[in-house]
Amino acid sequence: MDMGSISPELLLASLMVAATPILLAALGELVVERAGVLNLGVEGMMITGAICGFAVAVNSGSPAIGFVAAAGGGAVLALLFALLTQVALANQVASGLALTLFGLGLSSLLGQGYVGIKPPPVAKLDIPLLGDIPFLGRVLFSHDLMVYLGLALVGLIWWVLKYSRAGLILRAVGENHDAAHALGYKVVRIRVMAILFGGACAGLGGAYISLIRVPQWTEGMTAGAGWIALALVVFASWKAGRVLLGAWLFGGVTVLQLNLQAAGFAIPVEYLSMSPYLITILVLVIMAGDKSRAPASLGRIFHASQ
Amino acid sequence: MLKLEKRPQPSRLWTWVTPLLAVVITMLAGGALFAALGKDPVEAIATIFWQPLFGEFAFYYRPQLLIKGAPLILIAIGLSLGFRAGIWNIGAEGQYIVGALTGAGVGLAFYPTESVLIFPLMVLAGALGGWAWAMIPAVLKLRFGTNEILVSLMLVYVAEQLLAAMALGPMKNPEGMGFPGSRNLRQYESAHNAELITGTGMHWGVVAAFIAVIFAYVLLTRHSLGYHIRLTGQAPRAARFAGVRPARLVLVCLGTAGALAGLAGMFEVSGPAGQVSIDFNVGYGFTAIIVAFLGRLHPLGILLAGLLMALTYIGGEIAQSNMGLPAAAIQLFQGMLLFFLLAVDVLTNYRIRLARREVA
Repeated sequence: MDMGSISPELLLASLMVAATPILLAALGELVVERAGVLNLGVEGMMITGAICGFAVAVNSGSPAIGFVAAAGGGAVLALLFALLTQVALANQVASGLALTLFGLGLSSLLGQGYVGIKPPPVAKLDIPLLGDIPFLGRVLFSHDLMVYLGLALVGLIWWVLKYSRAGLILRAVGENHDAAHALGYKVVRIRVMAILFGGACAGLGGAYISLIRVPQWTEGMTAGAGWIALALVVFASWKAGRVLLGAWLFGGVTVLQLNLQAAGFAIPVEYLSMSPYLITILVLVIMAGDKSRAPASLGRIFHASQ
Repeated sequence: MLKLEKRPQPSRLWTWVTPLLAVVITMLAGGALFAALGKDPVEAIATIFWQPLFGEFAFYYRPQLLIKGAPLILIAIGLSLGFRAGIWNIGAEGQYIVGALTGAGVGLAFYPTESVLIFPLMVLAGALGGWAWAMIPAVLKLRFGTNEILVSLMLVYVAEQLLAAMALGPMKNPEGMGFPGSRNLRQYESAHNAELITGTGMHWGVVAAFIAVIFAYVLLTRHSLGYHIRLTGQAPRAARFAGVRPARLVLVCLGTAGALAGLAGMFEVSGPAGQVSIDFNVGYGFTAIIVAFLGRLHPLGILLAGLLMALTYIGGEIAQSNMGLPAAAIQLFQGMLLFFLLAVDVLTNYRIRLARREVA
C-alpha cells in the first residue's frame, strides 16, 4: 500500500465536501430540537430530498432548481411529521421512524427510471485571488456554492438562536412549552415552522449527496447519513458552532477511510466502511455525560388544555 | 372548530378499532397510489389481499404466509416489550443479521459432520449472537447514558458490513467457484431448518414464533416482570417508587429483543434463505417495527399484524409479477400503514369535540 498517494491538500478539500450533507441536515435538526421536537425522520427526509432534487435537476437541467425542489420535498415530508405529532399528538419517536420508513419507500418509487443517469454538473465557484493561494485556496476556496451555504447557515443559526427575538421565542418553546403557551406564544405554530425548516435542510443535505457528492441516484444512497446527523446534534450539545466541528470530524473519518480503501490498505473494505458508524457510537459514548444542554421539553407532547 | 379533549383513560374500544381503521385507510390511499401509477386500484388491492389466500395458486402462497410471518412476529414480540417500557431498540435488523451469522457460523464450522446436536447448537448460537449485539446499546446506555435509538441503529450498518465481509471472506463457499456467499445449508441435513409438515410452510422458526407469542402473553398478563414493563411505560415515576429497577428492564427488554431477532435470522438463514449472502437481509427488522405498533404491542395483536404484513409481502410479489406493480410501491404501502395508524391513534387517547372559539 502507498500512504504517499494520499495528499493532505486533497484530503482536506474533500473533507469539506463530505461534511456538507450531514452539516445541513444536522443544522435543520438542531433548530427542530431547540423547539422541543425530536424528529427521528431525518434519514427519510434526506433520501426524499435526494431523489426530488435529482429528478428535478435532471428534467430541468438546472441543479439550482433541483436544490429548491429538494428543500420542498424534505419540507413536505416534514409536514406529514408535523401533522402527526403536533395535530394528532402522536408519539414523536414512533412518528419519526414512520417518516424514515415512508421516505425510503417513497424515494425508491420516485427513483425508478433515474438509476444510472448523470445529473447536470454543478459549477465550482472560482473565487479569483483567494482560490490561487497555495494549499488554502484548494482547501477552502474552490468549492461549490452549497458548501458555503452550509457554512453561512451555521453562522446564521448561531446568531438567530443567541441574539434574535425569534430565537429567544423558539428556545422558550423548547425549554418549557407550558410557560411559553401561558405567555401567549403559539407553541404549535412555532414548532410546525421549525419542523418544516428542519425538513428543508435535510432535503438540501440529501440532494447534495445525489447531485454533487456521488453524483448519481441509487436506492438507499444516504446510507445512515440522517442518523449520523441526529447523533451530531447530541455531540454538539445543541450548539450550532459545534455541529460544524462534528460534521468536519465525520467528514474527515469518511474521507480518510475512502482514501485508505483506494490506497489498498491491508484491511478488507467492509471493515473500513464500518468506521463512520463506529466513530459515531464512540462519540455518543464520550459526549453522553453532557445532557444538561438538551432542551427541557424535548420529545414531550404539548396539549394546550391540560 | 374541532377540539381535542383528553380521555381520562385510553378508550378500550378505539384501541382495537384504530388498527382496522388504519388498514382500511391505507387500502384507500394505496388504491389511489396504484391508480396514480396507472394500475387498476381494485385489482391491485384484491391481488395483494385476496390472491394469496383464496386465489388460484393459494395452495402455493398460503405456506408463504407462515414463512414470511414468523420472523416478523418473532422480532416484533421482542421489540414490543421494550416499546412498552419506553426502551427504543430500532436495530433489530442488525441483531437479525448477527444471529444469522453466528447461527450459520456454527453450522458451517461442523460441515460435513452429521449429528442431531448441530441444529440445537445453531439455535443457541443464533439467539446468543442477537443477544450480544443488542447488549452493546444496552450496556452503553447503562454505563454511559448513550441513546439506545442511535447506537442500535448505527449497529445495523455495522452488521450489514459484517455480513458482506463474512459472505466474501471467512464464510465463503470454498466450492462456490468464486461466487460470494456461503455453502447452502439446505443441502446440509444436520443444519437444515426443514419444513416440519410438507406443504404447510411450518418450520422451527414458526414454532418459535408461536411459543414467543404465548410466553409474551403470559409474561405481560401474569408475571411481575411484565407488570413492571407496563408500569414503566405508563408511569415511569410511579414505577421507580414501586421498586422497579430501570437498569434491569433495559437489559431484559433489549436482551430479549436481540435474542428473538437473532433466532429469526438463524431460522431464516438455515431454512428459507439457505445461505449467508450479501443481500441476505430484506428489512424484516424494520418492518417488524410496523408490526409491533399495528399489533398494539399486544402479543395476540402482533400475531395478527405479522400475518397481515406477511400477506402484503406475498401479495406485493404477486402484484409485481402479474401487474408490474413496482416493489417500492409495496414498501411505500407498508410505510403508509404505520403513518395512518399513528394518525388515527389520536382517537384512542382523545375525544374530538366541537368547541366554540375561545381565547387560547
